[in-house]
Amino acid sequence: MKIEIEGLIGACSAIGAGLAVIAGIGPGIGQGIAAGYGASAVGRNPGAKGDIMSTMLLGQAVAETTGLYGLVVALLLMFLKPFGK
Amino acid sequence: MISGVATGTGLIHMEEEANIDFFIHELYPIDFFGHTVYITTTHVCTLIVFVTIILLAIAARKSVLKKTDNPSLFATGTELVINTLLNFVDSSMGKSGKKYINYVGTLFIFVFLSNISGLFGLRPPTADYGTTLCIALITFVMIQYAAVRYQKWGAVKGLFEPIFLFFPINVISEIATPVSLSLRLYGNILAGTVMMALYYGLIPIFFKFGIPSALHVYFDLFSGAIQAYVFCMLTMVFVADKRNVDTA
Repeated sequence: MKIEIEGLIGACSAIGAGLAVIAGIGPGIGQGIAAGYGASAVGRNPGAKGDIMSTMLLGQAVAETTGLYGLVVALLLMFLKPFGK
Repeated sequence: MISGVATGTGLIHMEEEANIDFFIHELYPIDFFGHTVYITTTHVCTLIVFVTIILLAIAARKSVLKKTDNPSLFATGTELVINTLLNFVDSSMGKSGKKYINYVGTLFIFVFLSNISGLFGLRPPTADYGTTLCIALITFVMIQYAAVRYQKWGAVKGLFEPIFLFFPINVISEIATPVSLSLRLYGNILAGTVMMALYYGLIPIFFKFGIPSALHVYFDLFSGAIQAYVFCMLTMVFVADKRNVDTA
């Protein structure tokens, strides 16, 4: 069986993209922890719901950044194919 | 046989057949000092967003300045938006934040309208790394200007703390600020655009009625509003952080 080099690069890029989005695990855990503490904070002090909500969303968005790095790398590998020219 | 299906051309053909379209299209070539640059969909969509903002601003000014006893719904809405933005800036930058309402408010309106422009069939301008990097660089210049303006030599001294060996690490952490700011906005909006393109491109036509509206609400409205809020919030947090002069 003969494997062309473009095909090999395409397959490896797809595998690499799949590996890169494993980075989504970390932000998932982090956002879940933030949301859990946010819920318990609202339970203890329902009056401060607005402040808690905005702080929680800010923290979650910052935690999401590392996952997005993985996503950007995966999209580059899948669609721009930097190694396949 | 692997060859044929998995080659680069094969993948491109698959994309064209499946009609997945979230790429930046090159519309009109321009010769720029020997290089060929293109007017892309990003430029056109940015222009549409700008024109929308300008028209909204003119209409808002007209309706607010009108002397009447019962202001229209539009005028009340404008006041509500401006008051919300003022409170937003005041609460996170303190009493010195009045100067920054112009920049932060403009930034918020532009980023928000750009993010939700996917609802109206445009390709969001913020799903292009060129746009977000430019906004983040403006923020970076503002941060560094605030540092030099309010900390004087402390800004330079801060790079060598706690000891001078930390200079490269401090420089990298300064440069990482605009990179992470821009990549956060870009990644979120691009992820939404890609997800919507995949949904529209790959799902049979039966599922294209009704269900996409829920996805649009999440990916365009919710995610766009959150990211616009976070971008402005982080801009203000970084600038306010540099403005705090140690008087001790």
